[in-house]
This record gives sequence, C-alpha cells and structure tokens, in this order.
Amino acid sequence: MMTLDEFRSLFQNGLVKQNTGLVQLLGLCPLLAISNNMINALSLGLATVLVMAASSGTVSGIRHFVPHEIRIPVFVLIIAALVTVIDLAMNAFVHPLYLVLGIFIPLITTNCIVLARVDAFASKNHPLHSVVDAVAMGLGLTMVLVTLGAIRELAGQGTLFSGIDMVFGEAAKGWVLHVLPNYQGFLLAILPPGAFITLGLLIAANNWNKARVVRRIRIAVPMTA
Amino acid sequence: MSMPAAIRNALRAGTVLFLFALIGTAILAFTHGRTEPLISRSQQAEKLALINQVLPASFYDNDLLASRQDLPPDDLLGTRKPSALWIARRGSQVTAVVLEAIAPDGYAGDIALLIGIGIDGTVTGVRVTAHRETPGLGDYIERTKSAWIDQFTGKSLAHPEPRRWKVAKDGGAFDARAGATITPRAVVKAVRNTLDYFARHRAAFVAGPAVKEN
Repeated sequence: MMTLDEFRSLFQNGLVKQNTGLVQLLGLCPLLAISNNMINALSLGLATVLVMAASSGTVSGIRHFVPHEIRIPVFVLIIAALVTVIDLAMNAFVHPLYLVLGIFIPLITTNCIVLARVDAFASKNHPLHSVVDAVAMGLGLTMVLVTLGAIRELAGQGTLFSGIDMVFGEAAKGWVLHVLPNYQGFLLAILPPGAFITLGLLIAANNWNKARVVRRIRIAVPMTA
Repeated sequence: MSMPAAIRNALRAGTVLFLFALIGTAILAFTHGRTEPLISRSQQAEKLALINQVLPASFYDNDLLASRQDLPPDDLLGTRKPSALWIARRGSQVTAVVLEAIAPDGYAGDIALLIGIGIDGTVTGVRVTAHRETPGLGDYIERTKSAWIDQFTGKSLAHPEPRRWKVAKDGGAFDARAGATITPRAVVKAVRNTLDYFARHRAAFVAGPAVKEN
C-alpha cells in the first residue's frame, strides 16, 4: 500500500519542507492566538491533527463522487460537520478534556490549513496517504506552535508548562517549571504582538538555516514544488 | 447542444451537493441527539461545581440549580441584562444566595463575578467567571492563578468598615499587586456594591421566592 520512502517523504514535507507555520504560512490565526503558553499550544496542535486526519481521510474516501466544480462547498461541509461531531462527542464523552480543549475545537474550522490539505492532497490521493499527509502536516504545525508557545511563555512569565494542571488535574500543579525564579515578566511576549514578533524570528531562523544548507552544498535547490 | 449539457451538469452538481448536505445534517442530528443529555448533565454539574466554590454545600439541602431566578438589570450589580440568582435553603429556611454580578470598570471591560452571600450578609465566596484583563498582570483575580480572590470570604458591609472597602493602595483593607490596581479596584467595588444590593433586597429574597418554588 505505502512504501517506506513515500511515508518518509510525506513526513519530511509536513514537518520541514512544507511546514504550515514556517513555510506555507497557513493557519496563522489560531497559531498566533493560542501560542501564549506551551500547554495551550500543544493542546490546539493535537486537536488540529485529529481534525485534519479525520477530514483528509473522509474526503479522500469520497473523492470520486464529488464533481470538480462543487468540491470546495462539499469539503467545507464535511470539515464543518466533522468538527461539530468531534466537538459534541468530546463534550459528551470526555468532558474534563473538553473543558481544556473546548474553545480550540471550533477555532480549528477557521484554520485554512485543513481545507488546504484536503483540496491540495486528499482530493487526489489514496485515503492512507491522505491521512499520513494530514498527520504529518498537523504535527508540523504542532511543532511550530509548541516552540512558539515555549518561547513566549519563557520570555513572558519565566515558566514552562503552566496550566498543565488543567489537563492532568490538581496533582500536576507541581510540574510547572519555574525556569527563571523571581522573574518580573515581559508582557509583550504574552500579548498578540509577541506572537507576531516571535513567529517572525522563527521564520527568519528557518530561512537562514535553509540558505546556509544551500550554500554548503553549492546547488540551488528549489524549495517549493 | 451545449445548453442541455450545462443544465445536466448543474443538476448533477446540485444533486450531489444536496445529498452531501442531507448526509451531513443527518449525521449531525444523530450526534446531537445522542450527546445532548450527557452534555446538559455535565453542564449542570459544572455550574453546580462553580456555585459550590462560592457557597459551601453545607449551606443548603434544596435543589440549588432549580432555585434559579432572573434579576432585572441593576446598577449596583453592574448588569445591563437580567442576571441569575440562586437561593439556598436548609429546610424551609433561606440560608444564603448566590448572585451573578459584573464589575464594569475593569482594565479591559467587564469582569463577570459569581458571589455567594450568607443570609447574615457575610460573603461566602467570590469567583471570577469571565474577564479580559491582561494575562500575567491583572489575571491573578482568577482562583486558578492565585488565592487573591479568597480575601473576600467572611467579609461583610460592616467588616471591614465601609471606608476601608478599597484596595490597600487607596487606604483600604484589600491588598492588590503592584502594577495592576485597576483590576482589583474594580472587583472590590463590585463586591461591595453587590453586598449593598443584597442588603436592600434581603427581605424580598427571604420572603418572596418561597411561594414560587415547589
């Protein structure tokens, strides 16, 4: 069904070459809104992976029945229905987790990366490949989100994992790392402008790294397909 | 004959879209039907858990959630829309009330509060239920962030005396963190106003609703 090479290349695309946060710059609305600490970022990232895998798998499964000209409304319909079903099911069956992730789930509908992958990949490929692609893309986004969240939380309030007790219960309160004791806080990092600035720095670092690699092998490799 | 082909295409597309909409709606209706009772049960439990944070369960033996009433908008409560009131009873005796109130003059707009008041006019607890104060600066009013809000418990209009119902910086009895005084100032004022509101309506709370319930 799927060779190891295909698998590897899908993951390379999702995590590095076509990273949604750093290269494609898609889905920035939730990326910037929810990255003020690491736990929020990780939660939103994982919820996005779930939604992306479900919608890519579904769309790929019905791709032969959808006329080209109405594919976008059908895909939007499927994504919206799936997000609502996941939202309701989580609310009913895993309520404590829903209290943490609840606000993020409807936000995922606004994330254009879901529709982008569904249209660009899942509508043309086998379900298995589509799900792997969606998971890889989602994990790529999660990686950027968590990095952004960690930097902002550390710069903004000198901690890591604050809010972890909302996921694992009261006992987890002690797991919060106070990396910089008696830190005065740096408000800008926590407020929205901090998200833009930090993301800009991350993109710059990524581009710098790419340019360095290219220079080293002395071949101009086109970065995007 | 391009027209018929175009019409046939449009019809086909329309039918497919209609079918997908139908299937989508069916799936949503089914999921909603299956999850609705579970969701409303957890929401009730959640509401009760929140109320229990401002009013110890030992205060009442009635069905607190069922005792809910709407209060008309009032300046002392800071409300512009009807807000909720729950009446706690032990036996037939009214023991406490839980009120929704709003501190309208927070640093970033409204701060929604849930306030429990014993029938003797003592605060049994205060919680912030919604706010947009600056993260990391004004958000210590949340119980999950700090214990600041607990200092209201046990206070009443007479204790501390009225002129001391202010933050420490303004010469009052309630401490506030340096750097963010607008937020706690708003909360202190709102709690005092709510106590004032309670004092004025106490008689009605004790007498009125008993007829209505059960």
